[in-house]
Amino acid sequence: MTGEARAVKRSGWNGRKKKQLKLVLLLLPFMALVFVFSYAPLFGWGYAFVDFTPGVSMFESKFVGLKYFRRIFGNSADFIKVMRNTLTISSMNICCSVLPAIFAIALSMVKRPRFAKLVQTASSIPNFLSWVLVYSIVFMLIASESSAMNIILMRLGLVSSPLSPLTNYEHAWTIQVSIGVWKSLGYNAIIYLSSITSIDQELYEAADVDGADAWKKVLHITVPGLLPTFFVLLLLAISNMLSNGFDQFWLLATGMTWDKLEVFDTYVYRMGIKNMEYSLATAMGIFKSVVSILLLTAANIGSKKLRGTSIF
Amino acid sequence: MNTQATAKQPKIQQKAKWTIHEVVICVIVGLFAFMCVYPLWYIFVNSFSTPAAVNRGVFLIPIDFTTEAYGEMMKIAGIGSSIWIAFARTITGTCLTLACSSFAAYLLANKDLPTKKLLYRFFIITMYVNAGFIPYYLTISNIGLKNNFLVYILPTAVQAYFLILIKTYIEGIPAELTEAAEIDGAGILRTFWQIILPLSKPIIATIAVFAAVNQWNAWSDDMFFMQGRKSASLHCLQYLLYQKLQQNAVNTQAGAAAGAGVKVSNSTLRMAMSFVTVVPILCVYPYMQRFFTKGIMLGAVKG
Repeated sequence: MTGEARAVKRSGWNGRKKKQLKLVLLLLPFMALVFVFSYAPLFGWGYAFVDFTPGVSMFESKFVGLKYFRRIFGNSADFIKVMRNTLTISSMNICCSVLPAIFAIALSMVKRPRFAKLVQTASSIPNFLSWVLVYSIVFMLIASESSAMNIILMRLGLVSSPLSPLTNYEHAWTIQVSIGVWKSLGYNAIIYLSSITSIDQELYEAADVDGADAWKKVLHITVPGLLPTFFVLLLLAISNMLSNGFDQFWLLATGMTWDKLEVFDTYVYRMGIKNMEYSLATAMGIFKSVVSILLLTAANIGSKKLRGTSIF
Repeated sequence: MNTQATAKQPKIQQKAKWTIHEVVICVIVGLFAFMCVYPLWYIFVNSFSTPAAVNRGVFLIPIDFTTEAYGEMMKIAGIGSSIWIAFARTITGTCLTLACSSFAAYLLANKDLPTKKLLYRFFIITMYVNAGFIPYYLTISNIGLKNNFLVYILPTAVQAYFLILIKTYIEGIPAELTEAAEIDGAGILRTFWQIILPLSKPIIATIAVFAAVNQWNAWSDDMFFMQGRKSASLHCLQYLLYQKLQQNAVNTQAGAAAGAGVKVSNSTLRMAMSFVTVVPILCVYPYMQRFFTKGIMLGAVKG
């Protein structure tokens, strides 16, 4: 068969159908993968409505209705504490989300490209370190008795006994949020930096003609130019309020700060796996997913109302 | 920062005049950059110093240079296999993610795919709907992936976020190219391999570095799913470091007190392990940078 004849056959109705079938068949293994790891666990939501013990199937377990949901909301001081911690830390993080924008604006005002590039390169490194490594760094640089910070402070005579930020109950939230900001600030600034470069340069030139100084230009051109990006990220952050991330709080919480640093993700893990409360932990997971989806939908509606476009 | 900032100043000073606000900004951002880089340098110099020197404080260069800590590190039970597993999961995991995500994205970008939109959503929804940890954990146990190397690489093989990035990119490739290939008789696989893949190199490279870093940095899946003696040889380096840090957090006082006498203290050992854990990241980091903006921007536009 010549190439042309084959092409004719392919473009015919039969060939097209065949190709469609082939495409679907080729896609199937990937759908199966996603199904197993993302959809199959959804059936596990049933565990929240039965008295589940490992080894017994969901259908043989005793159906208890909303017992575990009632337990979460009813008499749980733990749940209130965990919600308070989660929401406080998320809110503090959201407040800090202006910092990357400020950092990017500051960096864009440095008219020395090589220095700016160097700073950008250096400051985005922590984002690519694992939380275990961050834990190790925090421990060795500021937290342990023989940490760099303590050696210096003691030598300068500024403190009489070593500081121990990781066991500090009073400032536990601030310390954790600061560590998070340190880790992500430089990387998060990159998106703002590229937004800044996409702002129309003519606006700046026009402002120059009008005699605007550097601060005026930032205030009237750069900041408005960054607002859409900032807004999208803000909405996404709000819809993610219940996820503070497991790693940071599992690793960096200590016995002393546990009361303030137990967040949703660590609590679910502790209840489910450590205390074997599978049903209760599943119910909490359902609660989290539902709230997250509601928040995301609300954020999307908000975005449509305010900007005319949805975020996703 | 001062080392960096002042090193740069003389050269640039000829170009533009320093204004006060620029100096202030440079000092602040430079200080922050320094705070991001110095911890790694601190780990490096301390890991090559003796415990006695570390207790007195080592900040700029190694004092009483020694590689004892690294020698001691190699004696930790399971360190060899953990390094091997870390590399194995990074390499196989990244390749699998690239192969699966790019091919699935290509299929989803194909205009001949029936119910294309619906199938695409099937993948994308997974970004927003999350069953929660316990059902996921039980699923993994039920399908026998606990204490199995595959648990490191299979769940991340097809990722919605990567799918979006690659699909968006593939859709930007002129349709004439694939049509021409099809007229010449190339099938689906061949078109993908010979036309799409070579043209998508930039996005594939972007995703490769991000997937690789994710794999290298992962440790919690290790903690969740590798339990008991059976899987002792399946732990990865990050997890071993985590365990070591946990131990040390408990007996750090004892270690510090004994530190002056012994050849290797807990802290130098910790520094050595941390440094080994960070080296691969630092090695790929210079190559990663040029992908940052592209990766983030694409995600922001369509994500």
